[in-house]
Amino acid sequence: MIATYTRRELMVVAAGREIRDGEVVFVGMRLPLLGFGLAKATHAPNAVGLFENGVIRDRPAEAFIYTMGDPPNIAGAVACLGLNDVMSLLQQGRVDVGFIGGAEIDPLGNLNTTRTSGSGSLVRLPGSGGGGDIASLAGRTVLIMEHEPRRFRERVDYVTSPGHFPGRRRGGPATLITTLGVFDLTGGRVQAVTLHPGVTPEQVRQATGFELSIDEGIPATMAPSADELAYIRKADPDGFWTGDTMKGG
Amino acid sequence: MAFDQLIAAGTVAKVVAAWVGNVAGGSGYGFRRAYEQGVPRRIVMEDHSNFTVGLALKAAAMGLPYLPTFTGIGGDIVRGHPRIRPVDDPFGGPSLLAVAAVKPDVAIIHVQRADREGNAHLWGNLGLTVEAAFAARRTIVTCEEIVPEEVIRSDPNRTVIPGFLTTAVVEEPGGALPSSVQGYWRRDFEPFLRYHQISRTPDGFQAWLREWVLDLPDRQAYLQHMGDATERLRVRDRRLAAAANFAP
Repeated sequence: MIATYTRRELMVVAAGREIRDGEVVFVGMRLPLLGFGLAKATHAPNAVGLFENGVIRDRPAEAFIYTMGDPPNIAGAVACLGLNDVMSLLQQGRVDVGFIGGAEIDPLGNLNTTRTSGSGSLVRLPGSGGGGDIASLAGRTVLIMEHEPRRFRERVDYVTSPGHFPGRRRGGPATLITTLGVFDLTGGRVQAVTLHPGVTPEQVRQATGFELSIDEGIPATMAPSADELAYIRKADPDGFWTGDTMKGG
Repeated sequence: MAFDQLIAAGTVAKVVAAWVGNVAGGSGYGFRRAYEQGVPRRIVMEDHSNFTVGLALKAAAMGLPYLPTFTGIGGDIVRGHPRIRPVDDPFGGPSLLAVAAVKPDVAIIHVQRADREGNAHLWGNLGLTVEAAFAARRTIVTCEEIVPEEVIRSDPNRTVIPGFLTTAVVEEPGGALPSSVQGYWRRDFEPFLRYHQISRTPDGFQAWLREWVLDLPDRQAYLQHMGDATERLRVRDRRLAAAANFAP
């Protein structure tokens, strides 16, 4: 039997696989909410999750959540503190990996979620949230993006979440997970690691507004396992985050 | 969403925030119109990250002019920022950023229970609730229930706002809807999605404002207008914390 899955499910799985067992994770909004639970339920049972609203969990949320403040993410938590408490742990260097999303990215892994004139007229975006803090202070960061040419720019208009820069004291972008593939950012340039099944190098180049490196015979992103899909479909039963047309945006 | 509604209604001159949007869909269209086009009025935006907002409130709560941090270095938020400046470590360590205090005129806090003196019990994620209450010149506590003072004194570690900081306490069940209140209300996601759709246009926003604010004379009318949502969202299960022994 061939398992079928959506692009979003594959992205959640790729995000979850970035978490190693025993790590302390700063869990971002949206897909990482599922990715953390998935890692906990499969290969990283000893990971601990910090949420910027102050929640610390060592189990996945008990039921579907839209946001990290929803009641199933609080019931059964190990601690409910404040924002400054978990940000302090992040600043202290206690967080191994953090997840961030962005509207625009450049080859250094700078993310813009503040404002852009990329399409001609000024567009105001929601802002940093915790993104700028995670980018500055986590041991390494995993970035999650829609892969579109207008979002992949030689230089972002505004650096909300700093990528690699000279003098950086800690961390920096490690992995980029997009709707088309998984990319390594550690060298200060974008190197494809895997492309999602069915995606061609040409497709990726056309969707990327800067040079990126894709090796000959690049492997496909490993498909979700039955266990991984089972977890996602239990945690997101209506496909709000992971359906073909992701209602969660 | 609440930020967006206040901005779109033209009641806001300046925003100091890390994130203004809608948890349902990202963009806040009212915020975008004000920022991009000055509609219905121009706003001044002071961008922050979550931690710099947290530090600004914490500094005020501690009675300090600023707090130092490493967050944001290398990014554009802190560049030329009116409230964030580079500062040397007097002990010879690497340089830091100083985040100046934000002292709100008023903080409005919703909690599960409080007594008549405004001693407030809150549980669940705390976010910046405590810093805001401590920093503000005046703090208004709204609560699901006013309880006898013995209830508060039975568990003093759960008191996040001591009553002498509270200017007024208001019993207003469901006061945080459509957001959740642990043990009392689940999140109602529909209003976030609906508002995201309708607020795409100024006319849509005006229709929303009439329906949910201007045409409703009081709180009772608002709750009635929510229809069966209040019953659907009420938490009926009980999962009680274990008792803590405070015997001297």
